[in-house]
Amino acid sequence: MANELVDFTLVSVALLGIGIYGLAVKRNFIRMLFAVEIIINAANLNLVAFGRFLPHSGGQTLALFSIAIAAAEVAVGLSLIIVAYRMYQNVDIADFRSLKG
Amino acid sequence: MADAAFLALTVITIGSAIAALELRSLIYGSIALMGTLGGIAGFFFLLDAPFVALFQLAVYVGSIAVLILFTVMLVKRELIFKKIEDKRRKFAGIGLMLVVMVSLGAVFLDSGIKTITTDEPAVDFRNIGTDFVTYYWPALILMGLILAGSVTGALVLAKREDVENGQRTS
Repeated sequence: MANELVDFTLVSVALLGIGIYGLAVKRNFIRMLFAVEIIINAANLNLVAFGRFLPHSGGQTLALFSIAIAAAEVAVGLSLIIVAYRMYQNVDIADFRSLKG
Repeated sequence: MADAAFLALTVITIGSAIAALELRSLIYGSIALMGTLGGIAGFFFLLDAPFVALFQLAVYVGSIAVLILFTVMLVKRELIFKKIEDKRRKFAGIGLMLVVMVSLGAVFLDSGIKTITTDEPAVDFRNIGTDFVTYYWPALILMGLILAGSVTGALVLAKREDVENGQRTS
């Protein structure tokens, strides 16, 4: 195999960094959801890469679980965005005062 | 050493991840996010995991990205094009990103995973099916319940109170 495990790991570290940047800087609810998606995908890439190089089917199985749960999370997140937008007419998380608890 | 397909996929994935967060328009941002998710699917193909790659394409690029696009289009036009962030926070965020990338990258480059190579055949996708119905079956059932619950919860959350007879009253 031409590619090594460390190459895939470095790509996923880069994606993790970009996701953390998005979560730290953006105040737009939708863009923060994008950042969470990027982080989840970095984790999935690691799972499949380690599953390939330390040959075991567990990596791919867990990646499939992770993708399915991420789909559920996005559905709930998007409906939260719709509800919050209806209440505040905005997607800026700084405006969502009553969600602070 | 990495081959050309890997390098091209890396450029597409990381470039569109940055574009998804930095493009002014949220619509183009969500299309760029599709590029990232598709790039990850390409990595799965390179890793001899075609089943996971097709699952990724079906679930992420096929449904989640379309869901995100529709949600973005439900938001007011000026909010789609407005970027809300402050400069100092942005520089702090870039610093945090670089710290995470450099420190984690150094840890990985310094560790023993550089020496891990494999000549063994890829995992057969039939093994994944066997995993699902033997060892992981309680988790599979739980996942089905969680998916059903979350979709129902999302529908209940997004339901409008001021809509009657299928028509908007206000």
